[in-house]
Amino acid sequence: MIDAIRNLGRIILEGLERFGRAGLFMFEVMRGTPQLRKRGALVLQQVYGVGVLTLLIILVSGLFVGMVLGLQGYNTLVKFGSEDTLGLLVALSLVRELGPVVTALLFAGRAGSALTAEIGLMKATEQLAGMEMMAVNPLTRVIAPRFYAGVIAMPLLAALFSAIGILGGHLVGVGLLSVDAGAFWSQMQAKVDFYDDIMNGVIKSIVFGVVCTGIAVFEGYDAVPTSEGVARATNRTVVYSSLAVLGLDFILTALMLGEV
Amino acid sequence: MRRNVMELWVGLFAAAGLAALSMLAFKVGNLTTADVVNGYRVSAQFDNIGGLKVKAPVTLAGVRIGRVSSIAIDKGHYRAVVEMQLDGRYDNLPKDSSASILTSGLLGDQYIGLEPGGSEKNLESGDVIMTTASALVLEKLIGQVIFNNNQSGGDGNAKK
Repeated sequence: MIDAIRNLGRIILEGLERFGRAGLFMFEVMRGTPQLRKRGALVLQQVYGVGVLTLLIILVSGLFVGMVLGLQGYNTLVKFGSEDTLGLLVALSLVRELGPVVTALLFAGRAGSALTAEIGLMKATEQLAGMEMMAVNPLTRVIAPRFYAGVIAMPLLAALFSAIGILGGHLVGVGLLSVDAGAFWSQMQAKVDFYDDIMNGVIKSIVFGVVCTGIAVFEGYDAVPTSEGVARATNRTVVYSSLAVLGLDFILTALMLGEV
Repeated sequence: MRRNVMELWVGLFAAAGLAALSMLAFKVGNLTTADVVNGYRVSAQFDNIGGLKVKAPVTLAGVRIGRVSSIAIDKGHYRAVVEMQLDGRYDNLPKDSSASILTSGLLGDQYIGLEPGGSEKNLESGDVIMTTASALVLEKLIGQVIFNNNQSGGDGNAKK
């Protein structure tokens, strides 16, 4: 009995310790930010890694999500005789919700896991320790560029996802199901608000960028330096990022709608 | 060489992302007409505004010339005070114009329709539109119809 309670306490304490380490880690990364200006090339390199290489999966998924939204939305809206609002439905679902969230989930799977594995392996092969020996701070040299690259890439990826999704919805709605093209766009333009809808989506995607990339680089940096430890860290990155994104999405939506 | 290729890709990526964002802003969100340029404010009092909401369009002859900026209650008279922001380009509305709350379509959103009056003077910032027509509340209409039916039915019975 006492053992069980002690185990519970140990789990809680370990969790808190991890949280504390993550907080200190993020603080250190932030503190190294000013030195990053001299190292723009490093950030650029990482934007290529986490942004450009994630582009394909984002574009393909965005197109198909938009097309499915067009099909599903049409089938429901046509029952109410309001298939003209299909464009509005597709645009609002994508811009406000699916764009940022699905992009973040895909990002965690594609770029986040790669970041964790890369940094974890650097640690396992003692490259990070080697840098410290040469008086190079791995936090500013390795971690910070990757972190900021993720934060920069995420909103751009989410915007591309939403834009191509709307084109996909247009493809299915107007091309396949013969919704009027004028009604499709005019309903969308009349009801989608730049600040309330689009900017909120952008804010969401920036927050998700910080959270996903933060978790990915921390898990890599904090990994047990063995092959098994790196595998476990990669696994944790995907699980924690996905959970954090979905949970934060609810909180952010509630805050932005201001109706809770 | 390798570096140049990478820079090219990152540049393309950033440009595509920004292009997508601006497409969302202008093509989807219609940012260009969302803001009323150097507008002026007028207000109007209504007995009942129905389902009118802030940001609802204000139209003249069906053309949108502004939007509702705030809705409040006049505590003294128990009436709704609606403030509208009108486009500065249309500053020649007569002072005795009237405002009515209309509905677009059967189940559409409500908006304010302005009817120009015949006055020589023009509406200016801060003016109050005096002639107003409230929103049509469906329940009241139905109530009236039922009431009228009952009355005529009652009269018929009395005559028998």
